[in-house]
Amino acid sequence: MHPRSRQPAAVPMPRGFSADAGGPEPAIEVRGLVKRFGPVQALAGVDFTVRAGELFGFLGPNGAGKTTTINVLTGLARPDSGTIRVAGIDCSADPKAAQRLIGVVPDESNLYPELTGFENLSFCGALYGMRKREREARARELLETFGLADAGDRRFGGYSKGMQRKLTIAAAIIHQPSILFLDEPTTGIDVASARQIRQLIADLHRSGATIFLTTHYIEEAERLCQRIAFIVAGRIVRTDSLAALMQQAEGRHIVEFSLSATDRDLCRPLTAAFPDLRCESVGAGRLRVESSRPLNIGPLVHFFEEHHLEVTEARKVRPSLEEVFVRITGLETTAMQKEKERATAAQ
Amino acid sequence: MKAWIAFWGIFYKDLRAYYLKPPNISWGLIFPFAWGAMFLIRSGSGLHGVLSLLPGVMAVSVLFGTTSLLAVTITFEKRARSFDRLLLAPISLHLLMLAKTIGAILFGIANAFVPALIALFLTDLSAIDWGTLLWSVVLIAISSTFLGLFIAVSVREVFEAQTFSNFFRFPMLFLCGLFFPIAKLPLWLRWASYARPLTYGVDAMHTAVTRTGRLPLPLDFALLAAFCALLFLGSLRSIKARWIL
Repeated sequence: MHPRSRQPAAVPMPRGFSADAGGPEPAIEVRGLVKRFGPVQALAGVDFTVRAGELFGFLGPNGAGKTTTINVLTGLARPDSGTIRVAGIDCSADPKAAQRLIGVVPDESNLYPELTGFENLSFCGALYGMRKREREARARELLETFGLADAGDRRFGGYSKGMQRKLTIAAAIIHQPSILFLDEPTTGIDVASARQIRQLIADLHRSGATIFLTTHYIEEAERLCQRIAFIVAGRIVRTDSLAALMQQAEGRHIVEFSLSATDRDLCRPLTAAFPDLRCESVGAGRLRVESSRPLNIGPLVHFFEEHHLEVTEARKVRPSLEEVFVRITGLETTAMQKEKERATAAQ
Repeated sequence: MKAWIAFWGIFYKDLRAYYLKPPNISWGLIFPFAWGAMFLIRSGSGLHGVLSLLPGVMAVSVLFGTTSLLAVTITFEKRARSFDRLLLAPISLHLLMLAKTIGAILFGIANAFVPALIALFLTDLSAIDWGTLLWSVVLIAISSTFLGLFIAVSVREVFEAQTFSNFFRFPMLFLCGLFFPIAKLPLWLRWASYARPLTYGVDAMHTAVTRTGRLPLPLDFALLAAFCALLFLGSLRSIKARWIL
């Protein structure tokens, strides 16, 4: 199933969202991007292309270089070397021309707490040279679209985190940019708001925008993105379409076993007994067994019984983008899990 | 034209968010009044001394009004990352920083005329050259605002901005000729005095109010303008080096 077909019905998007980047020119073209902060190599020769009208995911763990990439692409940071073209404009030569075409949603909701939602949107419209009548009409339209019409006269500082995030996205599209950068748009907000925001992102994409989305939520990328780049330690390790990436996971058969309490390392004896299987411990008393052929769990249950362990649950795991991510990046799922937990705790 | 819409948008937003807030308005009124009363009582010259104290009190009101507010607002916005929103706007850094400072400049000018307004009820101000006084106040307001900007872009935290501001403001205050006549200062302190913009502003105001300025008016204005340009360009350089990494 195509990930976007899982989305609920689209909310009506504001009129006139610009789809100027729909020509033959790539929306974003990055070549050999290098950025250092003192001794830290933040980006080590990053290359990728985002096609016009595409929803492109930039996936990696915290500290991989996602925000640095966005900062460099949007003009908030200068690259040490490399070239960036946004809608054909060389960003080093004319960053302000490129900034006219883009909208940016930073990883923190950074609107003005002392202004109301409406005033914030109107102010952001003014920054892009929109006349008063035009920006106020657009602000009202966006407040309506984002379900914030009733909160438009309330101060931004009094909004919930989810509302703040939605208004920050609305502010980024007030001038109808053709390319939208979203940096971790759902991090630190509740599940319902995150769901609404994913829906808004999908709708924005449907209305013609090119979207560059960074996230460390793999399922978010899987649900929304058409193509994905994996970045680890400032390097792109793989860029491909979601379909191609998922194809890599197809044909893998995974079963997760929950065993009566044990902290023994069973992977070594198991792979010795079943050499074509791959085994990974995914927590206390939990083993993930993977095979390129359909798994017959009878011999495995027998193996565990021989080791005086009871199988309390055997669950078939659907191959996911996470599997692909782990295989390509070499990052442990537990490391990603810790990140998720940290993000959830931040909520 | 579009850039000017952004300019006025930033100016209007700052007016709403900072300058027209009741605490700032009351501070802008009380502070110059307190300075004026303090110097008048300290001088012991009664109402006869109002005219001679006026330039210094006006200059100090502008200096503290502009630097305090600007150092806080810009540092605060940078800290909260809302300043990034301005850096992402398709307007030049020059225009952006002028938009961010125009509110403080006007706030400083308004601050300066609070003591003048009070003096109006205490003494005869008919001898004042108001044109020269206005230009002096405007140039002091611009140079002080750009000093505040320079401080704001050189620090990370609001409290650092406040502390760093005093590092500049108090030497200016003591060396501008307000407390001690510059002619009576030791030679090295005289040099230190002439290395500060407020000295020229106060001198120009003395010329406007009591005709007792020591330097020719064009020289005062030219040097003040030079300080303005130097501080503004220095601030832009600092922003490019420190904020657009």
